[in-house]
Amino acid sequence: MGRYVARRLLQMIPVFFGTTLLIFLMVYSLPGDPVAGLFGDKGASPATIAEIRHKLGLDQPILKQYWDYISGIVFHFDFGTQIRNDRPVTEVLGDAFPVTIQLAALAFAFELVFGLTLGIVAGLRAGRMADNAILIFTLLIISIPVFVLGFLIKMVFAFQLGWIEPNVSNDQLLSEMIAPAIVLGGLSLAYVARLTRTSMAENLRADYMRTAVAKGLPKRRIIGVHLMRNSMIPVVTFLGTDIGALMGGAVVTEGIFNVKGVGGLIYESITRREGSTLVGLVTVLVVVYLITSLLIDLLYAVLDPRIRYA
Amino acid sequence: MRGATHAKWAALATAVALAATACGGGDSGGGGGADGVVSSSWGDPQNPLEPANTNEVQGGKVLSMIFRGLKQYDPKTGEAKDMLAEKIETTDSTNFTITVKDGWTFSNGEKVTAKSFVDAWNYGAHLKNNQKNAYFFGQIEGYDQVHPEKGDPTAETMSGLKVTGDRTFTVKLTQKFSTWPVTLGYAAFAPLPQSFFSDRAGWLSKPVGNGPYTIDSYSKGSQMVLKKWDAYPGTDKAQNGGVTLKVYTDNNTAYTDLIAGNLDLVDDVPAAQLKNVEADLGDRYINVPAGIIQTLSFPFYDPNWNKPNQAKLRQGLSRAIDRNQITETIFQKTRTPAVDWTSPVLGEDGGFKDVCGDLCTYDPAEAKKLVAEGGGIPGGTMRISYNADTGSHKEWVDAVCNSINRALGNDRACVGNPVGTFADYRNQVTTQKLTGPFRAGWQMDYPLIQNFLQPLYYTNASSNDGKWTNPEFDKLVNQANAEADTAKAVGIFQQAEEVLRDDMGAIPLWYQNGSAGYSERVSNVTLNPFSVPVYDQIKVN
Repeated sequence: MGRYVARRLLQMIPVFFGTTLLIFLMVYSLPGDPVAGLFGDKGASPATIAEIRHKLGLDQPILKQYWDYISGIVFHFDFGTQIRNDRPVTEVLGDAFPVTIQLAALAFAFELVFGLTLGIVAGLRAGRMADNAILIFTLLIISIPVFVLGFLIKMVFAFQLGWIEPNVSNDQLLSEMIAPAIVLGGLSLAYVARLTRTSMAENLRADYMRTAVAKGLPKRRIIGVHLMRNSMIPVVTFLGTDIGALMGGAVVTEGIFNVKGVGGLIYESITRREGSTLVGLVTVLVVVYLITSLLIDLLYAVLDPRIRYA
Repeated sequence: MRGATHAKWAALATAVALAATACGGGDSGGGGGADGVVSSSWGDPQNPLEPANTNEVQGGKVLSMIFRGLKQYDPKTGEAKDMLAEKIETTDSTNFTITVKDGWTFSNGEKVTAKSFVDAWNYGAHLKNNQKNAYFFGQIEGYDQVHPEKGDPTAETMSGLKVTGDRTFTVKLTQKFSTWPVTLGYAAFAPLPQSFFSDRAGWLSKPVGNGPYTIDSYSKGSQMVLKKWDAYPGTDKAQNGGVTLKVYTDNNTAYTDLIAGNLDLVDDVPAAQLKNVEADLGDRYINVPAGIIQTLSFPFYDPNWNKPNQAKLRQGLSRAIDRNQITETIFQKTRTPAVDWTSPVLGEDGGFKDVCGDLCTYDPAEAKKLVAEGGGIPGGTMRISYNADTGSHKEWVDAVCNSINRALGNDRACVGNPVGTFADYRNQVTTQKLTGPFRAGWQMDYPLIQNFLQPLYYTNASSNDGKWTNPEFDKLVNQANAEADTAKAVGIFQQAEEVLRDDMGAIPLWYQNGSAGYSERVSNVTLNPFSVPVYDQIKVN
């Protein structure tokens, strides 16, 4: 077990360098000059542009730029400086990530609790009224685009009923995050519910279930331990990869509710060609993905006793 | 562990309870009257908040509150009035002697002296300080030494600036520029306190100026709280207790917060909401001209677009554009059809005049004739380039092309050419990669007709992206700059504008308005000619 974890952690190193290099090259190949963009429609003095480019190291060859950037991260935990505003990227990331983590955690809790509950109810009553109702409900959620759901919730709950504030304020209170978290977690909730339902309905007919019933085990134990444990494997896989998606893919939701998080920052960095910010963001997200996928793999062993990591 | 879980639930419950109480409260800006605080929408400033480094509206909002320069533009008329300047004297339009008024201090108590200005200007001009508005100091003697086009600076300060007394300094320009004092209202010419030079990073985290407001707190990327400065010595004291600038990711969310009563002022009404704005806000919606003009530039560096007889082609294209219809249907009247190359905010005395006349009036038959006389569109199809990421450029470029195609009776005469990002668009414009007409926008730096003509159409001027050149135009501009009498100078600039018109060096499209909406909590909201709200005059009811 320990050796397995160590091996997985070591594998992260090449993945880390590979992804950062790839993103760095991709940003570099985007057309346009981010420094010239700072001057708006007005003509800029070429000397000032050259000076700013020199200060930011943009006049170096690409591989030298990559080396400077990576050595800054590895040796000094320095992610460079934003082209716009001159802010250190670590500060920008430090502002955006706590908000996003809060939002993603709420959304995750929401999809976990409601998704699993709906899935279990539907799975145990497969083919009956409750199952059909949940099927229709999840279909509905999956088919509504996120921005429609976002605006609907905003319109109904903020403007017509007045229960919530329409936007997240600058204090970013947890209570204001509930509506965006529901919108963000809505789609995954539907997937979790359907995955759980299918997997449970299938496993209900498995041999070991029949054995458990034949042994005369109490129903709670049959469902809670034998059925649930085995049915959770695909759900856990989905939930694990979803954490990263919730953190990086919330561009639309963040925009609708004025959340100043990672999604919007990624979008802005791409349009403004902010290489250092973008690579910093992606690097953190890659690390999040790597760690969650390791945790999921370890969870498999807990859920399925047949899986052993040497 | 169990204890921690309980604590979390308690925290959550408290948060919910807090939210519930906050819901009914609306804005927590405090009382009304002179102590009331105005909350206003904001965007993250693009550059550090140094006066000579701020070239866009979001940073400009802050500078307009915390700085006062030698001159101040009247929010209504745009006229440059003395603010910190006691007098600015010249006999030859080249050497100026400036006396600073007594009794002005920065909000940290330091006196505003001649040195505060000279140091700030030298800082702004120096190449190594990377200030984006450095070119403003380009007319001062010695600029070439501190900001050479190539290589390292050979001097630390400009030789044309000399402190001659505690409150007086002299400025020597490289050439005659009679209306130069009018430019001094621009934020780049603001004075800076010594704390800026001794601790720049500290200053930037909480800028200190000499304007009617002081910065109470600044959290980058989220909000800035400004408080009224009670000891402010100027006559334009703040009429409210303070202003809170809140960053919004999108102007639509800001607008919804205004409607929900969480925000007092939105200074950029989203295009999608223009249809509802009357119903939502009634007379609390402002739509006034700003010093911004949109034009269509031509690539004169491209031989296909630089043939002798092509003035007629460009005039024909100008007459093929139905400006009235486009400004009404696409912009919902937030643009005004252009009749010259300047802006209505200049006023008639400032040089705004219907110079373009018939050439800016839609007439499809005449347009078709002129285009044919001008040799037709080079290559049969022209592609109007624009950046697709900001503004609603796609909509109007498509409309302009439709208008041209309809007038010429040719579906392939004009098509749009979107460029993905603004950075890429500007790169293609400035490196002369475009082979067809392209959109251009100009926001004035100071309300002078000179600012609408010289930087854009003078040979090799900084923003002359199309490389239009005309010796007659250059001569008239030089002559106007040397003219000491303002009215005469304006007249000569208008003659230069006529030269520009006859060759149609760029097609004027429309003037952009500034728009704003405000809540019932505030009144006396106006926008200045730079489309920045006049914060100090806003009253809280």
